[in-house]
Amino acid sequence: MSPALRPHFSSAGLRHGARAALPAFPGFIMFAAAFGTAAAQKGLSLGETLGLSAFVYAGASQMVGLEIWQQAWTPSTILTIMTVTAVVNARMILLGATLQPWLKDEPLARTALNLFLITEAGWLVGTRYHGEGGRDVGVLLGCGIILWVVWFFATLSGFFAGALVPEPRRFGLDLVMPIFFGVMLVPLWKGAKPALPWLVAGAVSLVVHALVPGYAFIIVGALAGVAAGMLIE
Amino acid sequence: MNTAGTIIASPWGSVLVIAAMTLVTFLCRIAGVVVMSRVRLTPRIERGLRALPGSIILATILPVVIDNGLHAIIALAAAILAMAVTRVDIVGLLVGLGTLSVIRAFA
Repeated sequence: MSPALRPHFSSAGLRHGARAALPAFPGFIMFAAAFGTAAAQKGLSLGETLGLSAFVYAGASQMVGLEIWQQAWTPSTILTIMTVTAVVNARMILLGATLQPWLKDEPLARTALNLFLITEAGWLVGTRYHGEGGRDVGVLLGCGIILWVVWFFATLSGFFAGALVPEPRRFGLDLVMPIFFGVMLVPLWKGAKPALPWLVAGAVSLVVHALVPGYAFIIVGALAGVAAGMLIE
Repeated sequence: MNTAGTIIASPWGSVLVIAAMTLVTFLCRIAGVVVMSRVRLTPRIERGLRALPGSIILATILPVVIDNGLHAIIALAAAILAMAVTRVDIVGLLVGLGTLSVIRAFA
């Protein structure tokens, strides 16, 4: 384990984070390109499409947002899209909660940037690094920046070129995100007992997924895992 | 007629909506840090947080993979096995995707 156990920040960390983000690229490119294509088909302008990817920067909520996109907005449709966005992205609250001990002594502006750039994939890369004893916040930020750039340009190419791969299913790319997430589970493994809450989380999410439409299964399952972790000594 | 702002047409409507979605999403992104900086980290809460990363992963992928059937389950197992053996994330990913495309090509 490295001697520097206190949280710190370095530009070497930025580069390390950018490199460590590489396995998340395929999923990001596929998803953002699909979003760009869907937005173009729906009739959104280039500015609207890139604006959503650059600022909202949260794939599932961008896709759901397209479903309820309007040509002319009323206060009530704006409120609807805000509510839907909040529901879909509420799971990000959990990501931030796990990062707090790592970020607590960071300057406020840098933490704000780091959190603006947080995605599940970037958080997983950062969590793996942190779990292996790393404390350089630059790694998290470097990973966040490079993934945002990838997301932005993949959206742009999807908007003009359509889906980047003609038959994503043929190459298994429709499941690239779940497979990447599964791979990132391995470095988190610390034996069977600490993994017991994961099992609870998985079981609860399956039940919720079967009963409730939408994305509720992620956050309910994850919270069930946290509750199980608190109860198991 | 729309003086009260009942109808907000493009492009300003879109700008407003993107800003609103951005704000809501950013609040979700910072809420966890804000809340946890005000909560005292008891051993119990720490145990809960330690369980969180794996819980999020399983809660996210399990329904998706099971919906996609046996092929997806085998591919995921192959990816995890390759990662466990090599510890190289990109190898695990490629083995998973490769397994899936091979199974689909012959199934």
